[in-house]
Amino acid sequence: MMKRLFTQPAVPQQQAEVEDTLKRIQSHKGVIGTIVVNGEGIPIRTTLDSSTTVLYAGLLHQLTLKARSTVRDIDPQNDLTFLRIRSKKHEIMVAPDKEYLLIVIQNPSE
Amino acid sequence: MEIMYVYTKKCCEFGHPCNFSESAVLHVDIPPNPSLEANFIEEDLCIVGTQCSQKMSEHEVNTNSMESVSQGINHVEGGWPKSVNAENLDVTNRYKKKVEKDEHYQNSIQHLASLIDHCIKQNNATDIYQEYFEDEEVVEETEEQQTAKFINVFRDPNKVKRTATCLSWHPNSNHKLAVAYSCLEFQRAPKDMSFDSYIWDIENPCKPEMTLKPVSPLVCLEYNPKDSHILVGGSYNGQIVYWDTRSGSHPVEMSAIEHSHRNPVYKVIWLHSTGDTFSASTDGQVLWWDIRKMSEPIDRLVLDPNKKGNLEDALGAISMDFETTMPTKFMVGTEQGLVVTCNLKAQTPADKIACTYSSHHGPIYALQRNPFYPKCFLTVADWTARIWSEDIKGSSIMSTKYHKSSLLDGCWSPVRPSVFFTVKMDGTLDAWDLLLKQKNPTLSLKVCYEALYSIRVQDKGRFLGCGSRLGTVTMLEMTPGLCTLQRNEKGLVSELFERETKRGKILESKQREMFLKERSLSEQSKEVGGKLGDEEESEEELLALAEREFFEIVESCKGKDEENKREKVEDRGC
Repeated sequence: MMKRLFTQPAVPQQQAEVEDTLKRIQSHKGVIGTIVVNGEGIPIRTTLDSSTTVLYAGLLHQLTLKARSTVRDIDPQNDLTFLRIRSKKHEIMVAPDKEYLLIVIQNPSE
Repeated sequence: MEIMYVYTKKCCEFGHPCNFSESAVLHVDIPPNPSLEANFIEEDLCIVGTQCSQKMSEHEVNTNSMESVSQGINHVEGGWPKSVNAENLDVTNRYKKKVEKDEHYQNSIQHLASLIDHCIKQNNATDIYQEYFEDEEVVEETEEQQTAKFINVFRDPNKVKRTATCLSWHPNSNHKLAVAYSCLEFQRAPKDMSFDSYIWDIENPCKPEMTLKPVSPLVCLEYNPKDSHILVGGSYNGQIVYWDTRSGSHPVEMSAIEHSHRNPVYKVIWLHSTGDTFSASTDGQVLWWDIRKMSEPIDRLVLDPNKKGNLEDALGAISMDFETTMPTKFMVGTEQGLVVTCNLKAQTPADKIACTYSSHHGPIYALQRNPFYPKCFLTVADWTARIWSEDIKGSSIMSTKYHKSSLLDGCWSPVRPSVFFTVKMDGTLDAWDLLLKQKNPTLSLKVCYEALYSIRVQDKGRFLGCGSRLGTVTMLEMTPGLCTLQRNEKGLVSELFERETKRGKILESKQREMFLKERSLSEQSKEVGGKLGDEEESEEELLALAEREFFEIVESCKGKDEENKREKVEDRGC
């Protein structure tokens, strides 16, 4: 009987997929930067320089927490699915998850 | 002590009306206590008026002005677990790689990426915030109520309040307003009055953005339209001062006192072409300066109406206008109520003064050409505002009615040729629209209780600032009706001005005809009568005649009065 081991090769494949996904997002038209932030506000993956990353990570993490708590306070059955901040210069999109945040800054070209 | 009286009643008798009867039984007798009298004071009887109406009281509430300071925060990474040293690049990288290998992370990322993808593609496909029908909104009727909104009020931070005599908007950004403060009342400036003038940022009314510290209070202040860092100011002691905002609050250079004006400088103007400035003052001179060499003016012009350059006869200048499209001519408004046009390029000083317009009774506080039709200009003086055409020297082509309080400043709107604004001594701001109403202002706003001394409209025509006697500068925003160009407006306004100019010309020619006729008649009569040297005498005779007539009228009135009195006495006697 052969024991099926949970071997390493499966993980890099998924990891490669993740890499591809992030690269694809970054390559969309108008995207200025992508940041992945974990539950503590630490940027895991970023395409911007470190000071800007730290700025975005810290501020948006707090804002997402506040937005989520707002939505849930209004209706406990509800939850935050997406946060979009449109400013004069560009649009910041935040996709929240239980543990991670995906932040994309895009310049919608008009 | 307790007073108690017990009685019984049958139930069936409850609710019956009370029957009172006299009784000799005394239950309680409380005598007055004289010792308590010491606690009271007997008041005299007095008559007090009462009113049976609602009692109301008035309270004023004003929020405290909030001082806000802008500060920035520096973000530093945090949240790293204890085992990881945030400074160490290797350790952090290893931590990050470890997180990336986590299955949970990868699943999350896949899920989130699909969400984000959708939105990014949405953004790229269409502009979800696009405003449709933006251009078509202008179909609104002009019958809407014209109003103005108060945006901000900038108060003089000093204890001793001074008049805000001149305002100047920053030429490019339009976020800054330079205000000149001084006390224009002759010798009434209190000893501890501050000389400073301020540059305000319109977003922050609590504290001025920059202070300008001249040697003597500034009466007028202008930004250089070409270089927004340079400001020139005319001060109360007659000097011209200039600042560079990059180099601080103290003036970069001041004109030499010997060659400056002898009276306060009421108006300074920049010449667009050469970067020179003109300054005008009530000592009767208009001086021309080059900023780089302030020790001596380049040229001087004495406003002598006799064209002799005599300073004693000169008219004091209070306002000035220079139009960039006519670089050789400029106009000066004087204290005596005359508007003088001057020619820069004239050969002799006598030719410099081209012509004068007179119709006002008092000093001309504001003078400005219409930015769209330079042939017509606006003058604001005494109790009226008048519009003139250059060709007609006898009188104005249009004039507002005489107001109850005097007008102290005015200006055209830079975006609409038919709109101009005036401010009055009772603190009202009037906006006039010549195409809507000519007898009355379109909008009349009471800005404050004290006199408004200066007004300036921003280049875009939407905002305007007016300064008052106590140094309060109020910033207002006009409704779009007053600051957007209407359809056909330029055509209509030019027709209006042409029509009025033609009317003025016809009137002038008629007057000239009549004058010539009269002169020819009087000449004829002289020839017939043979009275040659009698002109002066006839004047004296006329005077004597007038006096005689006057006294006759007075006597006759007195006589009538006495008759009336006598009649009354007789009536009473009867």
